[in-house]
Amino acid sequence: MKQAKERIMQVVFALCACVSILAVILICVFLFANGIPGIAKIGPLKFFTGTTWKPGNDKYGILPMIMGSIYVTGGAILIGVPIGLLTAVYMAKFCNRKLYRVMKPATELLAGIPSVVYGFFGIKVLVPMVRNVFGGDGNSILTASILLGVMILPTIIGVIEPAIRAVPESYYEGALALGATHERSIFSVMLPAAKSGILAGIILGIGRAMGETMAVVMVCGNQTRMPAGILKGARTLTANIVMDMGYATGLHREALIATGVVLFVFILIINLSFSVLKRRKA
Amino acid sequence: MMSKTRKIEAVLWKFLVKLAAVLTMAVLLFIVIYILIKGIPNLSLGLFSLHYTTDNQSIVPSLLHTIELTLMGLLLAVPLGIFAAVFMNEYAKKGSKLVALTSITSETLTGIPSIVYGLFGLLFFVEACHLRKTLLAGALTIAIMVLPTILRTTQEALMAVPDTFREASYGLGAGKLRTVFKVILPTAMPGILSGIILAIGRIVGESAALIYTAGTITDKYAGPLDSGRTLAVHMYLLSNEGLYTDQAYATAVVLLVLVLLLNLGSKAVADRITKERN
Amino acid sequence: MDKMKVEELNLHYGSFHALKNINLPIPEHKITAFIGPSGCGKSTLLKSLNRMNDLVEGCKIDGKVTLDGTDIYKNMDVNALRKRVGMVFQKPNPFPMSIYDNIAYGPRTHGIHNKAQLDEIVERSLRDAAIWDEVKDRLQKNAMGLSGGQQQRICIARALAVDPEVLLMDEATSALDPISTSKIEDLSMELKDKLTIVMVTHNMQQAVRVSDQTVFFLLGEIIEYGDTQQIFSMPKEKKTEDYITGRFG
Repeated sequence: MKQAKERIMQVVFALCACVSILAVILICVFLFANGIPGIAKIGPLKFFTGTTWKPGNDKYGILPMIMGSIYVTGGAILIGVPIGLLTAVYMAKFCNRKLYRVMKPATELLAGIPSVVYGFFGIKVLVPMVRNVFGGDGNSILTASILLGVMILPTIIGVIEPAIRAVPESYYEGALALGATHERSIFSVMLPAAKSGILAGIILGIGRAMGETMAVVMVCGNQTRMPAGILKGARTLTANIVMDMGYATGLHREALIATGVVLFVFILIINLSFSVLKRRKA
Repeated sequence: MMSKTRKIEAVLWKFLVKLAAVLTMAVLLFIVIYILIKGIPNLSLGLFSLHYTTDNQSIVPSLLHTIELTLMGLLLAVPLGIFAAVFMNEYAKKGSKLVALTSITSETLTGIPSIVYGLFGLLFFVEACHLRKTLLAGALTIAIMVLPTILRTTQEALMAVPDTFREASYGLGAGKLRTVFKVILPTAMPGILSGIILAIGRIVGESAALIYTAGTITDKYAGPLDSGRTLAVHMYLLSNEGLYTDQAYATAVVLLVLVLLLNLGSKAVADRITKERN
Repeated sequence: MDKMKVEELNLHYGSFHALKNINLPIPEHKITAFIGPSGCGKSTLLKSLNRMNDLVEGCKIDGKVTLDGTDIYKNMDVNALRKRVGMVFQKPNPFPMSIYDNIAYGPRTHGIHNKAQLDEIVERSLRDAAIWDEVKDRLQKNAMGLSGGQQQRICIARALAVDPEVLLMDEATSALDPISTSKIEDLSMELKDKLTIVMVTHNMQQAVRVSDQTVFFLLGEIIEYGDTQQIFSMPKEKKTEDYITGRFG
């Protein structure tokens, strides 16, 4: 009786452990099964390299959205990585314990703010700011990049700061002993030693930026054309799904699911490189 | 000469590092304070009236939908996540294939963007399972989304339970199941709790995964099998319409404060454990 | 009268041969002390007596260990065995719950839920472990708040609460101060009237003070065992003598 209970529960626990495996399988199956036929119908070449997205005319080229995602993500990385990296260096090597105890949870709070609140903030503050400073209507790649740059800060800091901390103190001392300054020891010795961790942080940041949806939709204009400059609007892969999914039917719908597949594959590749890096570090 | 350039270099680096840190903190403060200042004056009574109208844009229904969805999501994800972690940490043998596979897939789930969850939820729960756009379909989608959070935090909490507790329990003749439920899980509870609170924060702030699974109805109270928008979805629709700016500000305050409190709460619980441990 | 008996026991951790051909009687109502340098296998043998080694992955055991003539590896439920052969660990390891719940954990595990009966067991066990007077007014307080020595006596009380016939003590005083150590030594000498005790100790004076039988281990083998007085005054084996005299200078 007692032993039967032990056995049954062990099986229950094991089944629960299988749920995440099942979930990943289901997600893959349902996305691919619903998205691939669409790509086939549209024609892979037309789908991936077509520059026009006009559901009314049955034109489903997602190159503009792929480029949109790349531009916005690239911009976010250009803004978020330097700030995130330097902040991580400050937290790991410059600030005292007391300040660290404030900054650590503060950066984590930054991760807790919902996308829609970021997006709303973007609409109310960033869009007018970009409009006034740089011109254009404000709903632009630049605006989205700034917003996303902020949103990926906690991700980047959260991975890089521990990576810098994990570099043995002896490296730092060794550099000091050669007459290097505190700063030089850190930037010429500690950071190179932590490079795989730093790279992992950047990759994770790319994943976050590329996957972000609502905040981008709210500030990026969402025009379905090839990106024409950082002060012009663009549509990302994520935005494409949100914008059209509400009313799409038929091939249009399949094309949107296919957009999801493309995004999913991008993210899988990014995450895979992240875990490879993490494994190698460990 | 050499030492002078070096000195300048050092000062420059120090300046840049500090600048970045100040910038990061300033951004956080700016966002939070901006929303608070703009939003709090707009917190009107109408916002909290029991019935939603297009005039008052009451957030009460969406608030209740959020709670309903969160509870349903947790009801699914918490036992699944905890049990899976118990299996991985307490039952599985070292180097078990199942554990490796679960870890990899759970890591994969962590990285999937919420819009992809939304798409999957639409294809699977809403359509294939015929749940239609309902709070239940939303809850199922979101449960998968937060499962890795709960799994990971529980695993960390279980790992932090000293083996001596397990030995003591087995040494008294207790079986594995009793040891797990009476000793290990209670000891790990604070850590698990901080993970659950974190998950609640994510659910409350989520919008992209819900807009096409839980739906957007807001003018009446939705049961599990009705369509209903949560607060974050409401916030999105409100700010996109661009009509109700005051209400949008006020809604943003409620959402932000709620999520920040949840995050701080999770942090506080986690800190108390580390303090107790030391 | 032998309470337990180890016969031709061999134990492997993976490819490491941790215990080699162990034969040992454990006399009833006596205290048996295991001594020897670290890593000699004394703790491993102790844990084989209530099958705590089952928890170690890659551990393989051949041979026989009997309790009242029954082979504990073949014909006994492991949980029932551990109820009869209790254990106190090196580091005090009370559960992070109240003192009362700590003591009641074992009895509850074995199906006792009657409040009055539990109260009675808790009080008796705490008295037997010589800590009742110190904690009787704060039974509902968390056991983690007690001092190390008190925690260890709580752990002894917890082990006693399931009425074991044998009590295994794995260097139970090594983490404690001298006063707590002597309290626990006195306690074990009182307890041997009721049960059989096997202890692993690093402290040879403790073995001399407390035990009736001493077993000397080296590299996974028993070099010599016998009456404590005899082992320490005129060991038969050269290695035993070297170890004992070496330790005392």
